[in-house]
Amino acid sequence: MQIKAIKYRLPAVLLLAPAWILLFMYLHRAADFTVFRLFRLEPGTHLTETIRFFVYEVPKVFLLLVLIIFVVGIVRTYFSPEKTRKVLEGKSLFTGHVLAALLGIVTPFCSCSAIPLFLGFVEAGIPLGVTFSFLIAAPMINEVALVLLLGMFGWKVALIYVVTGLSVAILAGFILQKLNLTRYVADWVYRAEVRHMPIEETKPDFRQRVRTGMAAVQEIVGKIWIFILIGIGVGAAAHGFVPDEFLAGALGSQHWYSVPLAILVGVPLYSNAAGVIPIVSVLIEKGVTLGTALAFMMSVIGLSLPEIIILKKVLKWQLIGIFIGVVAAGILLVGLLFNYVLFI
Amino acid sequence: MMNIKVLGTGCARCKSLEKLTVKAVEELNLDATVEKVEDIQKIMEFAVMRTPALVINEKVVLSGQVPKMTELKSLLILNSGAD
Repeated sequence: MQIKAIKYRLPAVLLLAPAWILLFMYLHRAADFTVFRLFRLEPGTHLTETIRFFVYEVPKVFLLLVLIIFVVGIVRTYFSPEKTRKVLEGKSLFTGHVLAALLGIVTPFCSCSAIPLFLGFVEAGIPLGVTFSFLIAAPMINEVALVLLLGMFGWKVALIYVVTGLSVAILAGFILQKLNLTRYVADWVYRAEVRHMPIEETKPDFRQRVRTGMAAVQEIVGKIWIFILIGIGVGAAAHGFVPDEFLAGALGSQHWYSVPLAILVGVPLYSNAAGVIPIVSVLIEKGVTLGTALAFMMSVIGLSLPEIIILKKVLKWQLIGIFIGVVAAGILLVGLLFNYVLFI
Repeated sequence: MMNIKVLGTGCARCKSLEKLTVKAVEELNLDATVEKVEDIQKIMEFAVMRTPALVINEKVVLSGQVPKMTELKSLLILNSGAD
């Protein structure tokens, strides 16, 4: 009896939900109270606006982060690369690309596992291009990017990012497949013999899933909090002190080169979503168009050189070059589309 | 004697799993060897898709995570019997 009672007790952490909602609802008032009553700052000055932005944005982003990482952490316990591989085996090409990109969002993935994952897919007979669709979507569309976009731009931009990110992953994977690049995969990959042994892991119960969610919050927030503070700090300073439309001249939509320039700058930059999105929010506020900002964000998060270099062990350099080229072209298309077609 | 392998290409989580395993083996006073496997081709022989992974007597018991000390110890004890 006692064991049963313990098993069905709701995890205590879920009781924190009401507290979260209250905090989130009263955040604006709490921030204004802190700035105007506690600090007694004069309304309307540059400094006040900077501090007010910071005091409001930091707790808001952290509240959203904790919630979404927690939920995504639980969702991910239902997925694994092994299951994803099984789903993708033997699918027709089109379905394969779409599914691979979608599964890239929810399958637990860390860039340090990119190689075993790549090999595991290829050896199961999953086409190279479908594997690339997965490998493009997995880092580009992640929960941290989603939270920050939601928090700083609202749900519309967050949705646009997810949809265009998926499109780039699907399209680039499709083109890479059509180019028939198998000969540029390191020779030993297709020769390697894989023992197919069942991996014995027990299925977690709900309490363990909740624990995994909490561990994800701890791990990710522990890793990125400093980037978020710096990012929002820079954002707050620019919000208060840099005049609006300051960047419209160089990076506005009237220049054809603004999108390629953003990508060229973005690819070698190595940062995670946590560092780059607060900066992007400033870019947009100061006059950079959405297409240019999207392209910059995607090339920083999705195409980072250090992660691509990890793949050097399994791919020849020609394939790495083509890979970067095709993904960059996809991002370019997204940027131009938003700058010229959708917002005229 | 148990043969324990920690599979990992050298990322931070792989190193922490190795350290944790060595410590657990010491604390449990197990008769075991702990080996770190970093070569990707050897790792692939175990068909794991997530690193770090833990292999006890050629059987994969854990992949893609660093467990808590207590969980790791119970895994080790569970798999310590002669196969």
